[in-house]
Amino acid sequence: MQFLQQLVNGITIGAFYALVALGYTMVYGVLKLINFAHGDLFMWGAYLGLTGLTVALAALGYTTPWAILPVVIFVMTSVALMGVLVERIAYRPLRSAGRLAPVISALGVAFILESLARNVYGASWKTYPQGLTPSGGLVLAGGVRVSLMQIIVLVASFLLMAGLYLFVHRTRVGTAMRAVSLDHDVSRLMGVDVDRIIMIVFLIGPGLGGVAGLIVALYYGSFDFTLGWIFGLKAFIAAILGGIGNIPGAMLGGMLLGIIETLGAGYMSPQWKDVIAYIILILILIFRPTGLLGERVAEKL
Amino acid sequence: MTALRERLQKVNPLWWQLGLLVLAILFPLPLGDYHRSVLWRTGLYIILGLSLNIIVGYAGLFQLGHAAFYALGAYTTALLNIHFGVPILLTLPVAILVGAVFGYLITRPILHLRGDYLCIVTIAFGEVVRLALVNNIFGITGGANGLSGIERPVLFGLVLRQPIYHYYLVLFFLVFTIFAVRRLENSRLGRAWMYIREDEVAAEAMGIDTVRVKLLAFIIGSGWAALAGSLYAAKITVVSPDQAKFLESVIMFCIVVLGGTGSIPGVFVGTLGMVTLPELSRALKDWRDAWLGLAMVTMMIARPEGLWPSRRIRMEIRAAKEEASVAPAAGN
Repeated sequence: MQFLQQLVNGITIGAFYALVALGYTMVYGVLKLINFAHGDLFMWGAYLGLTGLTVALAALGYTTPWAILPVVIFVMTSVALMGVLVERIAYRPLRSAGRLAPVISALGVAFILESLARNVYGASWKTYPQGLTPSGGLVLAGGVRVSLMQIIVLVASFLLMAGLYLFVHRTRVGTAMRAVSLDHDVSRLMGVDVDRIIMIVFLIGPGLGGVAGLIVALYYGSFDFTLGWIFGLKAFIAAILGGIGNIPGAMLGGMLLGIIETLGAGYMSPQWKDVIAYIILILILIFRPTGLLGERVAEKL
Repeated sequence: MTALRERLQKVNPLWWQLGLLVLAILFPLPLGDYHRSVLWRTGLYIILGLSLNIIVGYAGLFQLGHAAFYALGAYTTALLNIHFGVPILLTLPVAILVGAVFGYLITRPILHLRGDYLCIVTIAFGEVVRLALVNNIFGITGGANGLSGIERPVLFGLVLRQPIYHYYLVLFFLVFTIFAVRRLENSRLGRAWMYIREDEVAAEAMGIDTVRVKLLAFIIGSGWAALAGSLYAAKITVVSPDQAKFLESVIMFCIVVLGGTGSIPGVFVGTLGMVTLPELSRALKDWRDAWLGLAMVTMMIARPEGLWPSRRIRMEIRAAKEEASVAPAAGN
């Protein structure tokens, strides 16, 4: 029974990883860049969500879960704008500078964002307002508990992921995105505005990441400025595990990582939870660098 | 006349190097203990930077987990001294050996990875080492608090306690490191590293055993970082898992990349910017991460070859830029 309970918890955490991993995977798809700043954009989603909720609740004068809705929109747009800004300032000038300069630049942006968060909001743990999240839940056969919050989180994540999948595979912009991820020059010859597509990717990826930050902070209730780095690295591992550059891969990788980590923490030792994630990363890069669902990166390695 | 000039050119570098050394010896004398400690830290990070420079600068391999070896060296010294009473200075060679062996074990399976992927794996390895230290692996690392109660090093009956002694200890190893690194740079091995950095396929075709040469870069660099860790343990007398923090690795990486990859004076400049300045200025200390980040972004955009680059790297980057302007932006 403990196994099933861990599985449920693992899937919930996996959904978070998957949401953040999507941002890594989309950027890697079009720019072949490991966007280290993504984890910190995600964290800014949590901080801006805190500010937004505080303001919204103060304006309303009473606590209601509906206050979350405008905050979602606020967080999504502001983090998406931050993402576009980061691309403009730190990545676009390095588009033709090889593969390593942008990675270092991305790492630099990550440090700037983290330091900003720490200096603006303070280094202490931040707590979300109480009473916003529903507390009920279901008890399934065998005593496995699924909280209402977990169900909401899962449904929200799946809706976002399904929406993204349909967007990338059914719309013109999505098709252009896939074309750009194959070849910039040929896409340009086919009339695709590559810069615009990259901008859209930097709207969607961080936008989703920002919402993920809000959801994670709501789910756990508290966080601090190290959230971005730890969660970002985990999500990145999830993206690699599923096959980076591959959207269903990011979802699969996120779920798998969440489940493995939770089971590992439950059956071995919670202290070694993070080590398990890193070891998965090391093993996958040594033995199958393309990830579980990836094919294209193989020749690059 | 030409003979005189030739003689001057031959004599000159030795003189100014000697002058610099005398300056380095006299410089801390009028300063207080705090500033002497800052100088000590600067020297220590120059050694660390030079050790990472072998891996990142010469061989062009991206190591973002270098702090792990720094911590391993410090822990080796601490464990040997606390449990077996080995004098600090005698633990240094053991620390180098431990660093080198771990360098081999960790990098052997990941040598085939390139560029950004290598970056990621080295980050993961660094974090694994740190977490293993935090989780008190084998019950010997003392958990999150680390180990304390390391003895002071003794040299010819003199107990090295004051910062000034440690500064001179670090200076001695720094001078030795510079000497060794310069010999390495122009050796057969050093040229092989740079060849691999510039064109791995061509290097292999010329008969360079790329796996062996890359491994040697990691082994030497890691061993040397472990030596710096021991020197740290000798002064601070406490070691903790914080030494293996990712931030430490990034600071070392920045020292090399911002100063100018593959350049010894570049490592000096990088250390001044990344370690000495934040240490001296309170404001910069609070914003150190942002300062690091800002330096990384602006340097990559404005001056990717670093502040004081080696001549070879400068030419390489210029050539690459010209190539890029002839055939713009191949997206993939």
